[in-house]
Amino acid sequence: MKQWQGIAVAPGVAVAEAFVLSSEGFRIPRRAVAQDTIEAELHRLDAAIEAASDELAAYRDEVSASLGRQCGGIFSAHLQMLRDPHLREEIAALVRERHDSPEYAVSKVMRRYVQVFQNLDSRYLAERASDIFDIEKRLLRHLLGLPREELTQLTAPVIVLAHNLTPSETARLDRRLVMGFATELGGAGSHTAILAEGMEIPAVVGIGPFLTEVSGGDMVVVNGDDGYVIAQPDESTLERARKASKEHHERSARLAALREAPAETADGVGVEVHGTIEFPAEARECLQRGGDGIGLYRTEFLYLGATHEPTEEEHYSAYREVVPTMGQRPVVIRTLDLGADKMAQLPGPEDEHNPFLGARSIRLSLRNLDLFRTQLRAILRANASGSVRVLFPLVTTLEELRQAKTALAQAEQELERAGQRPRRVPVGMMVEVPAAVMMIDQFVREVDFVNLGTNDLIQYTLAVDRSNREVAYLYNASDPAVLKLIQLTLAASRKRKIPAIVCGQMSASPMYTMLLLGLGARHFSVPPSAILELKKVCRSVSISRCKAVAARALAMDNAGDIKRYLREELRKVVPELAG
Amino acid sequence: MDQPVCSRSVTITNPAGLHLRPAGLLARRAADFQATIEIVKDDQRVDGKSVLSLTSLGLEQGSTITIVATGDDSQAAVDALVALIEQDFGREAAENQGGNNH
Repeated sequence: MKQWQGIAVAPGVAVAEAFVLSSEGFRIPRRAVAQDTIEAELHRLDAAIEAASDELAAYRDEVSASLGRQCGGIFSAHLQMLRDPHLREEIAALVRERHDSPEYAVSKVMRRYVQVFQNLDSRYLAERASDIFDIEKRLLRHLLGLPREELTQLTAPVIVLAHNLTPSETARLDRRLVMGFATELGGAGSHTAILAEGMEIPAVVGIGPFLTEVSGGDMVVVNGDDGYVIAQPDESTLERARKASKEHHERSARLAALREAPAETADGVGVEVHGTIEFPAEARECLQRGGDGIGLYRTEFLYLGATHEPTEEEHYSAYREVVPTMGQRPVVIRTLDLGADKMAQLPGPEDEHNPFLGARSIRLSLRNLDLFRTQLRAILRANASGSVRVLFPLVTTLEELRQAKTALAQAEQELERAGQRPRRVPVGMMVEVPAAVMMIDQFVREVDFVNLGTNDLIQYTLAVDRSNREVAYLYNASDPAVLKLIQLTLAASRKRKIPAIVCGQMSASPMYTMLLLGLGARHFSVPPSAILELKKVCRSVSISRCKAVAARALAMDNAGDIKRYLREELRKVVPELAG
Repeated sequence: MDQPVCSRSVTITNPAGLHLRPAGLLARRAADFQATIEIVKDDQRVDGKSVLSLTSLGLEQGSTITIVATGDDSQAAVDALVALIEQDFGREAAENQGGNNH
């Protein structure tokens, strides 16, 4: 029996056989290629090289933006190797002369290069063999036309073990058969973590190297509550894990019973729990759990991965998928919250050393007014079929807010000139930079509501990149500085009588609910999977108790102490959510 | 009519030799020119526009290679590539050295 500790990112306990995502794993058809299909096969080869090249170019840009030019340079080098004319010629020669399938030929040629590199005296070059393997894998994926072949051929429940899972790979996991996953890399605030939680798959990340010690087929336990993984558990451990897994499922079933109940506190104070969604399909899940509306509809998916700028119609149809579903419940649509680095449609930024502090979100929108007004027109039109609100991200100054509102007014005029009669859409801003909190008294006079973006507020306030393993320990929602800023925001909104919707992981974490309620929060927006838990907590506490908890927490000066205190308090009222 | 041929020898001074990154830069620069470009080391002759071929030469620090370009812009090609190896790769090496002084 072996055990490893990692970072728990999605709760629950899973027990199943391991499925290890290794660097091998392709079944390569050796089939001989018939003479009359050679041209077609070469055509397929060239198409795969094109597709893999595009993918690498995008990857290079993405990685350069998030990890710097040096890391991005890895993919530049891959791209160059992939496009090396000799490579294509060698592969094509095997197909033409030996009638090998392109897949087989690719593998053969790549392995030859690996051998050549490994036989060189230079140790550095010998290490480059892994780059060749990576390119081989990428090219084979495109030839075989599969995202990641292994994962689509599951027939039994498994726990996926991998070096790393990208957000899109995580999103593609088959929830019916992937009972949990664990990775060597990864951090608590990563998108993979957020996705895992949303998909309700117990997950542990950031374990460090351990894959060489596990084999596919080994019995594995993933404990997403305490953050550990066990391979080949002994009888008693296995027994306990199965029991914990069963209890987790039963808890989920009990929570499900809360669907129809309102999120009212024990002393009758009304609280609204809305859904944070990324894709239109999640709106239904939100409704199914009795959400009070959509507190944050992230629209980035319309831009990510698209080669062209989304048209007004494309925006509109994405919004129309959600708005009527929610009936008269409010739907808050946030305008583009990305940097140009992630968008294929805009020229790349000149030299952004620090994209998070750069030309992104509202700044980008205000610089590309056509793009901005296109989205705004679509939002205004969607309002006709429901109750829409518009939300501006990363607002830092009053001037920005006013400019954004002007753009909205222009969009309204454009629609009116086209013969439509847009209804007024309430306007909100994300409060996620310290500057916005410092000026909150002025801001609340100029908006109809605010969204507290706790993820980014924590990052900008503590100057911490949550994906940076070196400093991830500093990223704490319970940091007293963060709590003070939240308190200021909630108080100012309350005074002005406008809703303040708390979003982000902090909002969805039951540990912080009492604190937030005590500080004055009455609106939460959480992933649909967390709606029932939040309701449960709200229904189990009184506001007076929450106020006492908040006061006590604010008197502490240490994030760790505050966290421990909050966990204890949660344990007293809803023990099963306190972990 | 014979195409002009131009050749020059140059020594690799970068401590890491002609590893992936400089090989990549060399191949990319070579691709700017019309001329056919070959890199010769002892009895091996490879295509200078192919990063894989260049890398597989396994050129270490101290290796001497001959750049042979054939074509109308062969002179310009050789000049550019020699400059690249002597100046930029040397500079990269110096930067790397500097970076190690933590």
